[in-house]
Amino acid sequence: MAGASGLGTGPGAAGGDGDDSLYPIAVLIDELRNEDVQLRLNSIKKLSTIALALGVERTRSELLPFLTDTIYDEDEVLLALAEQLGNFTGLVGGPDFAHCLLPPLENLATVEETVVRDKAVESLRQISQEHTPVALEAYFVPLVKRLASGDWFTSRTSACSLFSVCYPRASNAVKAEIRQQFRSLCSDDTPMVRRAAASKLGEFAKVLELDSVKSEIVPLFTNLASDEQDSVRLLAVEACVSIAQLLSQDDLETLVMPTLRQAVEDKSWRVRYMVADKFSELQKAMGPKITLNDLIPAFQNLLKDCEAEVRAAAAHKVKELGENLPIEDRETIIMNQILPYIKELVSDTNPHVKSALASVIMGLSTILGKENTIEHLLPLFLAQLKDECPEVRLNIISNLDCVNEVIGIRQLSQSLLPAIVELAEDAKWRVRLAIIEYMPLLAGQLGVEFFDEKLNSLCMAWLVDHVYAIREAATNNLMKLVQKFGTEWAQNTIVPKVLVMANDPNYLHRMTTLFCINALSEACGQEITTKQMLPIVLKMAGDQVANVRFNVAKSLQKIGPILDTNALQGEVKPVLQKLGQDEDMDVKYFAQEAISVLALA
Amino acid sequence: CCCGRELFSWRLHSDIISTVEFNYSGDLLATGDKGGRVVIFQREQENKSRPHSRGEYNVYSTFQSHEPEFDYLKSLEIEEKINKIRWLPQQNAAHFLLSTNDKTIKLWKISERDKRAEGYNLKDEDGRLRDPFRITALRVPILKPMDLMVEASPRRIFANAHTYHINSISVNSDHETYLSADDLRINLWHLEITDRSFNIVDIKPANMEELTEVITAAEFHPHQCNVFVYSSSKGTIRLCDMRSSALCDRHSKFFEEPEDPSSRSFFSEIISSISDVKFSHSGRYMMTRDYLSVKVWDLNMESRPVETHQVHEYLRSKLCSLYENDCIFDKFECCWNGSDSAIMTGSYNNFFRMFDRDTRRDVTLEASRESSKPRASLKPRKVCTGGKRKKDEISVDSLDFNKKILHTAWHPADNVIAVAATNNLYIFQDKIN
Repeated sequence: MAGASGLGTGPGAAGGDGDDSLYPIAVLIDELRNEDVQLRLNSIKKLSTIALALGVERTRSELLPFLTDTIYDEDEVLLALAEQLGNFTGLVGGPDFAHCLLPPLENLATVEETVVRDKAVESLRQISQEHTPVALEAYFVPLVKRLASGDWFTSRTSACSLFSVCYPRASNAVKAEIRQQFRSLCSDDTPMVRRAAASKLGEFAKVLELDSVKSEIVPLFTNLASDEQDSVRLLAVEACVSIAQLLSQDDLETLVMPTLRQAVEDKSWRVRYMVADKFSELQKAMGPKITLNDLIPAFQNLLKDCEAEVRAAAAHKVKELGENLPIEDRETIIMNQILPYIKELVSDTNPHVKSALASVIMGLSTILGKENTIEHLLPLFLAQLKDECPEVRLNIISNLDCVNEVIGIRQLSQSLLPAIVELAEDAKWRVRLAIIEYMPLLAGQLGVEFFDEKLNSLCMAWLVDHVYAIREAATNNLMKLVQKFGTEWAQNTIVPKVLVMANDPNYLHRMTTLFCINALSEACGQEITTKQMLPIVLKMAGDQVANVRFNVAKSLQKIGPILDTNALQGEVKPVLQKLGQDEDMDVKYFAQEAISVLALA
Repeated sequence: CCCGRELFSWRLHSDIISTVEFNYSGDLLATGDKGGRVVIFQREQENKSRPHSRGEYNVYSTFQSHEPEFDYLKSLEIEEKINKIRWLPQQNAAHFLLSTNDKTIKLWKISERDKRAEGYNLKDEDGRLRDPFRITALRVPILKPMDLMVEASPRRIFANAHTYHINSISVNSDHETYLSADDLRINLWHLEITDRSFNIVDIKPANMEELTEVITAAEFHPHQCNVFVYSSSKGTIRLCDMRSSALCDRHSKFFEEPEDPSSRSFFSEIISSISDVKFSHSGRYMMTRDYLSVKVWDLNMESRPVETHQVHEYLRSKLCSLYENDCIFDKFECCWNGSDSAIMTGSYNNFFRMFDRDTRRDVTLEASRESSKPRASLKPRKVCTGGKRKKDEISVDSLDFNKKILHTAWHPADNVIAVAATNNLYIFQDKIN
């Protein structure tokens, strides 16, 4: 290949005996140790190119030993290395040599940085599949054992994730050893390792024989669930979901439920929080019978927990809980067993709890149907629309579409309006911003008449807000409204009001006119743009404030493509040419840019 | 109590030492200073050629942890002084520590490197560039042994969470979280997350004019990951259980000794302020230091301490002048020995005090070059309070209040102590038989 490149450029051309294809590879290899981390990273990412050039033998005998000790580098380099090695089997000679990749990954699996370790473990899991069963027992399983009995907890935590990939393919004798190792990690001295074991318990259970699950995993689960550290106990709740999926209803009742009941009443709020957070998963895994007998009462307790974080997590699950119930019992269960607690939460002392509830409560209306919604939920919605905390009101308003499908929004409109007006005038601009974003949705639900009558003035008021982010959002809002209600509506209601602002004494408001025109011109089309908007823009070219003038140039550039040639040549061009001679540098710049973009030169 | 000992002293810090801390094994000792520097000492391992070297601590690594900064929003200078250092439990061959100044906590990694890669493609051994046109074969670098190099690298920076000055950091026994306390708030961090922390205690009153007390120190329980304590300027200690609620504004235990009305004075409140709180290794007791005494509390008894040791009771008559020269606000720390049978804390005139809890004996020792030679035993010192001064005694009036020992540390297993006397570090240990 080198010779074939002939007399062209490239390093090979001058020397007779050199190989020009080696040069870029040589650079890559040298840059593995460059002082610039970006270059090292670049080289590591092209590790496969290096390995390909070296060939499988030298990759195994030289490159991998070098990489095995390259553990002093920056995290991002190590992360890239760990990732590369996962796809390296082909480059070291195929599955027969996959075990050569284990030493560097073993080292990476012990570094302190979790992301690197996790990536090394992920690559190890990938490579394990490429081992033959013999190689797995000869190389991979010993590696897992080494990690599992390592001095430092980083190596033992990494081992926890590797058991489940070698177990299904190991011989019975080795399987017993693996189970033994996992057992001992579950009672490790350091909480870090117990946490890693607890978080992999479910995954490991899935690859075990059912008998072993019952005889070994369940006791481990029970132990971890009563660990002295709540950070371990809370992970057992997660494992509970996976284990439950493997067991029959009867076994669940005797083997898992006692532990879960304990978790629901755990002294630590973090454990109870976890139960609330994983409630839907638990509900699905445990099945309808246990749900009815045990989980619903548990959920009631979580909804009135003394810790607000727990109540908020439970409140978040109210809708999913309903959806996961059997269709025939849904309505009764929610109405009789859940709704009384929800009513309490509407007036909770903690704003997070109330806003969590407000974000899902509207979803219940689909489950409960029209009559129940009107009778029981509507009063709650109305109360929430008057809540002192703006987030609660926003969450209700943002989910109006759910309730609209069931009872129609008109039921709410009387209360909705004051709530919207109050949010629209909230002292915090982020609240105002949030409500603006729901305006197009509200407009769609409430219809054009109601909108014109009640909300239009709000939308116009935002255009002169003293915070730029609000004016900007208000501009975008107008565009979305025009898309919804059409050009005729725009011409009658929006455009005149926008154009009036062009004479405002405040130059910021005059600029808002320009921004609105930028946003609206496309939606409004050629006729309105040419007849109504263009004259105003052109007139503003004579504004005394330079910022307005260069925004005129920008606006002309923006609306130019919508205009016809006559307007462009006859009206826009002279104005831009004049602005191109402006004394202000910025005005000149933007005018010239517009001229060149619109090809008016 | 252990008094016969060898002495090593260092004066490596150019600045005043502001914190001293052994790691979990005791093989490393970290010190921080007013100039933002951290110096780490390593204990020499058994060495056949130098039989006496066992136990000697030598400098292992030195690095600049914090730099002076300026808060432009508040027009405040942020000192680089290291307020506290805490080691993390060892997780791999490297060592990790947290260091903090008034505002910013940093996680440092201290690691060793003893191999170096050799061999480049584009240059030869002495660094001359090779002709890139004449590369005939690729060279993969080879690792060769080299002299041990110790590197300290910053791993994480936990900033912008404290409005007031950070006085304590403490690593949780769950190995993944730690707390940081300032005058009015305590925050909980995850060691891997720098952009978020949870406020677990907030004693800031809505109206700052109603402020009556501040947090002076805080520490996690050594084994129970949900328990921590914090002490206040009013001489009380609150124990909180993080299991009961997310915000620990309501304590689960409140330790306070009823005030003795007979000794009440203008200075009572100032001298009862707690400057340090430390759990015993067993987790059963905690120790608090106030201006004149050190107290041991049983966690099961909130009404009064089980032991009170006077550190320098002779200063009670001097409180007025100590107030005038601001010494009364000095923050003395205290520490336990490895078996919780003895405690140590500092005093003035380069004196430090040790109390044996079993025998109830106590001793005053002096950390100074002038009074002690290497490998010699430390002589107990005595302060005379009465009129007649015996030989070897020192009068209260001649104590030097500029020579204060605020920071001390005790090896977690052996009888080795580290004492910071302004800008000198002294390490004492029992004589090897």
